[in-house]
Amino acid sequence: MSSLLKVTDLVVSYGGIEALKGISFEVGQGQIVTLIGANGAGKSTTLRTIAGLVPHKEGRIYYEGRDITDLNTQKIVESGIALVPEGRRVFANLTVLENLRIGAYLRKDKGLIEEDIQYVYDLFPRLRERSWQLAGTLSGGEQQMLAVGRAVMTRPKVIMMDEPSLGLAPLVVRDIFSIIQTLKDTGMTVLLIEQNANAALHACDFAYVLETGKITLSGTGEELLASEAIQEAYLGKSGR
Amino acid sequence: MKKKNNHKASYITLGIVILIYAAVFIAEQTIPSTSMLFTVLKKGATYALVAVSMNLLNGFTGIFSLGQAGFMLIGAYMYGIFTIPVSMRGQVYQYFDGGLVQFTVPIVVAMILGGLAAAFFAFLIGLPVLRLKSDYLAIATLGFAEIIRAIFQWNGLGPVTNGSNMLRSFPNFNDFNITDAQGNVTVYLSTLIPFIMSGVCILIIVLLINSSYGRAFKAIRDDEVAAEAMGINLAHHKRLAFCISSFFAGVSGAMLAMYQTTVQAKSFTSAMTYEILLIVVIGGIGSVTGSVISSFLFVACSEWWLRFLDEQQMIGNFQVPLLRNGFRLVVFSVIIMIVVLFFRRGIMGDRELWNLNFTGRRKNKEDGK
Repeated sequence: MSSLLKVTDLVVSYGGIEALKGISFEVGQGQIVTLIGANGAGKSTTLRTIAGLVPHKEGRIYYEGRDITDLNTQKIVESGIALVPEGRRVFANLTVLENLRIGAYLRKDKGLIEEDIQYVYDLFPRLRERSWQLAGTLSGGEQQMLAVGRAVMTRPKVIMMDEPSLGLAPLVVRDIFSIIQTLKDTGMTVLLIEQNANAALHACDFAYVLETGKITLSGTGEELLASEAIQEAYLGKSGR
Repeated sequence: MKKKNNHKASYITLGIVILIYAAVFIAEQTIPSTSMLFTVLKKGATYALVAVSMNLLNGFTGIFSLGQAGFMLIGAYMYGIFTIPVSMRGQVYQYFDGGLVQFTVPIVVAMILGGLAAAFFAFLIGLPVLRLKSDYLAIATLGFAEIIRAIFQWNGLGPVTNGSNMLRSFPNFNDFNITDAQGNVTVYLSTLIPFIMSGVCILIIVLLINSSYGRAFKAIRDDEVAAEAMGINLAHHKRLAFCISSFFAGVSGAMLAMYQTTVQAKSFTSAMTYEILLIVVIGGIGSVTGSVISSFLFVACSEWWLRFLDEQQMIGNFQVPLLRNGFRLVVFSVIIMIVVLFFRRGIMGDRELWNLNFTGRRKNKEDGK
């Protein structure tokens, strides 16, 4: 596999406290890669650092072989990395359509934007129905769809999702994971972080386990699902 | 379906605006020009512009700035300085040997200069200040406005600003009336012209708000983190909104100079900024239409309808208690409290004239907050 995104020895600290203590991982082209771990393990920090929202201390981030560590968020988004932030964070007082247009804000190919809006609406027919509704009035699941749709509007190669299943009903969570699969099928690379380890491990091609700022385990989804340590720590002993 | 309605709504809005302009024009030709109505309309048009410019910042971009009076002052002075006829400068700048500036520029150019100067100052002050958030930003911009006021009254700048003396004799709204050879007015335009000035500027702001830049502003207002994650450059867009808002505050400052016929720095107090903030809040934060409507209401109340509260009133032999100089402001304060307590969304909420449903059936249900 060729790696699209590669992180080496990344250290990030917030006011003296190291949130990431030198992590390295790779995300292969066209794969779903997941980082799992408990609260405070540094999962969100990892994504936010890749997106350029948090300054790093040491380490390098490579994307398509280029060093993007010191680029600003604007450049990173332009180069094809999109972030679906934790807690959805849709623009509550804008309509669904306006939210999607914000996603395409940096794009120069104005002609293709309308086409992509239709594409997102095809992915999420529910959003088409609610096109003129204010995003703040959508249900949690619909807001998550919108957050994903908004990220898709940047035409990313890598889409990074921060806890997309957070606070959603089990049925909706299943929808979200099937969407992730759909995105993969269209050729997108997905970097997913989840607390819902079971679902994430079933969906992913490769997984890393993050514990207090360090990567302690890695392997394919099946390998980790079968691992005793993982079963005990994240899935519950009887977890399938 | 909504698309079709959109078109229809724009036509209806356009129709309403044209009707208003026609009504202003006709009223001006028929009603004596000394009527309070025209005072209200002229000042209302001026305040409408500055209120919309403040709304662009506070309501649409979520930057809580209180520097409006300072930027208006800059605009008013630039206008005054560059339009006082050279022949009058000896009188106006009597303590400063006629002042330094010895030329004039056309009115529109002077207004734009006023706006540009305000935007330039906004750019400078924005560099440090826009890093601050909410209350801190408000305090910093308020302080800036006070500093500007002090600087413009400084005698050292007298040859340009006339120190603490007033600027006067520059063209005002009445000079837009068309007169015949004897000096009698044939066509009154002194109210229509400020309406047109304000209207053009507000139209530009509305177009901006509805452009992709406007969407980015609103995104920043709703969620800075998500906006940044979408690749919107926060610093750049905030600065842009701040400068544009200040530009139009400067232009409205020039209009205020024309309305008042004189300019003096000491009148641009923070109380003026609060008046404008009040207009924005009453009109509805995030609604251009609301700001415009409430500007006229506010000016009408403070200059005309509520004036009687400041004078002793007799009903028969009974003297109405409490009415004396300053009581108007008490009533105003009570109105503000009522608005803030019970009508938090203001007159228009965040709706606009063009997305009201004219067919009678309301489609967007208000969430009642």
